[in-house]
Amino acid sequence: MPKITWVLHDGRKISANVAVGHNLMEAAVANNVPDVIGECGGCLSCATCHVYVDPAWAAKTGTPGEMEDDMLEITTAERREMSRLSCQIIATDELDGLILHVPHI
Amino acid sequence: MAAPIILVGAGQASASCAAKLRALGYDGKLTIVGEEPAAPYQRPPLSKKYVSGDLAVERLFIRPLSWYAEQEIELRLESRVLALDPAAHHVTLGDGSKLGYSKLLLATGSTPRTLPPDIGGRLGNVFTIRNLADADAIAPALQPGARLLVIGGGYIGLEAAAVAAQKGLTVTVIEMAERILQRVAAAPTSDFFRALHQSHGVTIREATGLAELLGSDNRLTGAKLTDGSIIPADLAIVGIGIIPNDLLARDAGLGTAGGILVDGQCRTSDPDIFAAGDCAIFTWRGAPTRLESVQNAIDQGEHAAACLLGNAPDYDPKPWFWSDQYDVKLQIAGLNRGYDSTVLRPGKRPLSQSIWYFQGERLIAIDAMNDALAYALGKKILESGKPVAKAAIADPSSDLKALAN
Repeated sequence: MPKITWVLHDGRKISANVAVGHNLMEAAVANNVPDVIGECGGCLSCATCHVYVDPAWAAKTGTPGEMEDDMLEITTAERREMSRLSCQIIATDELDGLILHVPHI
Repeated sequence: MAAPIILVGAGQASASCAAKLRALGYDGKLTIVGEEPAAPYQRPPLSKKYVSGDLAVERLFIRPLSWYAEQEIELRLESRVLALDPAAHHVTLGDGSKLGYSKLLLATGSTPRTLPPDIGGRLGNVFTIRNLADADAIAPALQPGARLLVIGGGYIGLEAAAVAAQKGLTVTVIEMAERILQRVAAAPTSDFFRALHQSHGVTIREATGLAELLGSDNRLTGAKLTDGSIIPADLAIVGIGIIPNDLLARDAGLGTAGGILVDGQCRTSDPDIFAAGDCAIFTWRGAPTRLESVQNAIDQGEHAAACLLGNAPDYDPKPWFWSDQYDVKLQIAGLNRGYDSTVLRPGKRPLSQSIWYFQGERLIAIDAMNDALAYALGKKILESGKPVAKAAIADPSSDLKALAN
């Protein structure tokens, strides 16, 4: 199971091993990561699971799909180059060690 | 030690309220009482990916069980609140025990309307979709070749129809009103979904009611419709609306009116009892409002947490909804109540378009089909209150981003 680390706005870190196939919004909620809400349950309708992928990991997480790209227009925190909706990032062994920065909302 | 805060109902609103109470620093006793055996779970997938078998049950849960223990939130599941005594500040549970509270939230949800027994409403293989148990009962009946009758062309019924059609069932949807989705959407949205379902082989019969369900040996065999025709069916799914669960409140002498009446602070007519979610009715933009959505369960549940702790402005919902049918995602922002015109904006992808609802010149809601940009930017415009011209929306070459910012 890949280990994922969420870095909060105050520098605090939360790490967890996430089952392959689960998305990183549900993993964040399950691990009580603040500021990742996931209101729509991961169906691309709320943009409340916004994270910034650590630049070192950009190649492995890939880029937003078309719908996700559209939904990134309404994130509460500012959209940046590394912005993703974490419900659209699926845990794989390749992502072991991934670091996600969580904006404060 | 002070009596606990009790949250009645173990659904989304209670789960959101409990999490928010802890996040706001409430460290007293906190108890959730729920009738179902399961810890709080997401209901929206029940009629979509869960009933189709594409989402495992453990992924429905809003929080893992360990979270409730860590947060010191007591879950009393399979436990029914029989009575609420506001004067004595206690509830009576199904096992006869009494539980005292300091403050209490009613997040009792709603119950699907069912068909009366005298027209076959209690026959086997006639289902509603509300609970995990409902979806678990339906799933095995979704066999290729089986004939499904969906009664009611609202979102729940159409979602079930889509799942069943994709599994190879023969599906008929009957709708009493002139068109499907009539209660919740404008004609262009109905037209879009009618065509979508028809393209997947679903028969849509509008302006057609149910006369009675037919059966033998307590099993459904078909239905007689109001136009006199008889159609065979192996199972039926009834999606004809929900009834807010306000009986407990009513019996306790609290104000109700097709839902539990609350003010902007989620407070009922008793100062220590609050309500949120499907069961609560409040005044919004001058009209009594009850929102049946997960957005409201979350937001009003969280709002109630602040109110239980005595500190919140009035609840001001930002309604949004969604529905998944086949490969179409419908996203709705705002509430189209009282619209007097609509504008259709074509999208940039196949099967993509948006319907913009206006009251006078004011935008009040958007239905976006496979058009997340229209939804996202429309939501932004709604929330900012920025005026937009209908002509600009209708012009597919206009830049929505410029209109929103």
